[in-house]
Amino acid sequence: MGVLTAICLVGLYAYYRQLRYGLIVTSMRDYVSWGIYISNFVFFVAISLVGSLITAVFRLAGVKWGSPLTRIAEIIAVAAIIFASLIIIVDMGSPERFYNLFIYGRIQSPIIWDVIVITTYFFISILLLYYPLLPDIQILLRFKESTGKRLYRFYSFIGSFWKGTAEQFELSEKAINILCIAIIPVAFTIHTVTSWLFATTYRPGWDSTNFGAYFIAGAFLVGAGAVVVAMYIFRRAYHLEKYITENHFEKMGRILVLLSLLYLYFNMNEFLTPFFKMKESEAAYLNGLFSGNFAPLFWFAILTGMIVPTLILLFKKGRKPLPVFIAGVMVVVGAWFKRYLIVTPTLLHPFLPMHDVPASYRHYFPSWEEWAITLGSLAGAMLIITVLARIFPIIPIQETITEQHETAE
Amino acid sequence: MNQENNSRRDFLLTGIAAATFAVGCNSKKDAFEAGAEAGAVASGRKVKLLSVDGEVIEVDEAFLKPVPHLPPVSNTEARIGIPGKKFVMVIDLSRCKNLKHCQSACNHAHELNPGENWIKVDPMQNADHTAPYWEPTTCMHCDEPPCVKVCPVDATFKREDGIVLIDSDRCIGCRFCMAACPYSARVFNWGEPDLPAEVAAQPYSAETSIPQKKGTVGKCDFCADMTREGMLPHCVSACPNGVFAFGDINEDSVTNGAETFRFSDLIRDKAGYRLMEDLGTKPSVYYLPPVSRNFPFESGLENDKTQNS
Repeated sequence: MGVLTAICLVGLYAYYRQLRYGLIVTSMRDYVSWGIYISNFVFFVAISLVGSLITAVFRLAGVKWGSPLTRIAEIIAVAAIIFASLIIIVDMGSPERFYNLFIYGRIQSPIIWDVIVITTYFFISILLLYYPLLPDIQILLRFKESTGKRLYRFYSFIGSFWKGTAEQFELSEKAINILCIAIIPVAFTIHTVTSWLFATTYRPGWDSTNFGAYFIAGAFLVGAGAVVVAMYIFRRAYHLEKYITENHFEKMGRILVLLSLLYLYFNMNEFLTPFFKMKESEAAYLNGLFSGNFAPLFWFAILTGMIVPTLILLFKKGRKPLPVFIAGVMVVVGAWFKRYLIVTPTLLHPFLPMHDVPASYRHYFPSWEEWAITLGSLAGAMLIITVLARIFPIIPIQETITEQHETAE
Repeated sequence: MNQENNSRRDFLLTGIAAATFAVGCNSKKDAFEAGAEAGAVASGRKVKLLSVDGEVIEVDEAFLKPVPHLPPVSNTEARIGIPGKKFVMVIDLSRCKNLKHCQSACNHAHELNPGENWIKVDPMQNADHTAPYWEPTTCMHCDEPPCVKVCPVDATFKREDGIVLIDSDRCIGCRFCMAACPYSARVFNWGEPDLPAEVAAQPYSAETSIPQKKGTVGKCDFCADMTREGMLPHCVSACPNGVFAFGDINEDSVTNGAETFRFSDLIRDKAGYRLMEDLGTKPSVYYLPPVSRNFPFESGLENDKTQNS
């Protein structure tokens, strides 16, 4: 936690410098006008989608084994969506005018669509974290002695009205069901709209009808990757072997394989058809990815983010906790670089030549401030996850008890 | 620019519009500077002025107060544009030798910082065996502007007279318009623009695009302030080779200052075209192909090296 806080503070200092001197402290210039901030934003939005997958899709599909993972998934979703919103403000040249979005907002701009759906998604995610917590908080309130005084007051504040009556359970069950149904279209929209920030332009590499589905497939993959990483860490840290079993890793491993193959399929769609045609406006961009400057990163992202994890997880031995964890880390790391490759190479291949500009405008490597802010935001998200995991039970107590009863009967 | 003349021209008097203070006032500059002091005491020296009602009145010169630069038109007017006009530009590629006088005049007029060019001149060669040529690009002032479509706060807008402008007091700096513009016409003020204090203190005008502000987008504005006064944009008058012609498509005429053409004839006879027509952006800038050139392509290379190291 200390390390995470320190990284956050360095990021905050970098952001102070950016506020003071402007975006000039970044390496972004007129051509690469979106850099790792926007890549990071897309990454956070992608990860946040997992909340809807594990909680809503599993629930509606009647997948019972997933319920011990719902809390982890929701916590990750909330942390990621908070930082997605923060990082988009960091990217703004005039953040002090943020309120203009509400005063002068025009519905025709995909940015406004994004503002609307991200806000909606944020509130649904918070509620999906909160409602299933209520019975657990009632249980926590019974342990007054072992809880800190302040924490006890906090628990009472958010959950003392919950008495656990049948009526309340019914109401909460209904509310959760409605939220689960509502969150799926919102989750699809949030990531589709994010992809449209790119796909509504003319640029090579972005001008694609495949983008919405491509982004959603990638998002489910990285989200599931993040969940297995978190599962492994929490299991080790809190000795939850009884609740997060090897069977969970086995099953999440299978889901990861499915999702990486799906994402690989969308990648083929995204790159193979333009590669076959090699349109003049796209040729330089594609060559840059396949064999040029960006080739090492591009192949790294494909191999690490999709192919190698698939190969690991295809084998039964590969679906033990440790290999699943390693595959999950690879998926998440590969996904971050993948987002970078979606944003930046396109901007370095405009239609008109990058000629009559200073030399520094023709390439991009993030400055230390950009790295510090980006790492700070990642650390901040992990900090929120850690704090929430300390305050709240990481395994839903009530649901687990109920399900144990059901299986016993 | 002559600072003294400039500031004198822009002085306004509270309650009194255009002033005729030629008579009986030998030291106008001093008179105005004295008035800048707060709590001025009557000096006894009177200045004759013309009131808004058309009466000649006398005011003690100590009470004259200079008012800082005001935008020539209100923000609302700047958003509407000049009624009945539809501006177009024609760029004759056969006349361009990459002199870049257009660029320096533009940069000077809009107080742009080094490296920030609203006009770019690129060496173009469409294919291996086709001839190279110099192509100046400005904002295309599209009739279907992709930048305006994506702007979340209506900071960039399309006017009735065809000009696309930016309200830098509203721009939030998201740079979506820069990603959306296929012509890469837009530039960003990444840092605090290096401006003389009196320029930076002016209220922003979308028509002059001055002063540029940190964290906002800027671009060619077709010199909307000049066109309002019936004058040519700076790039047009700065080019000694008459590359740029500017005019009103409703009047069907464009001029480069020295010559005036019937727009429709010019486009027909010289096979005018627009850039990236296939995107459907409908630019207001037309190009004439580089045929029967006035200069060989190579004559522009020297200037390219010195300015574009």
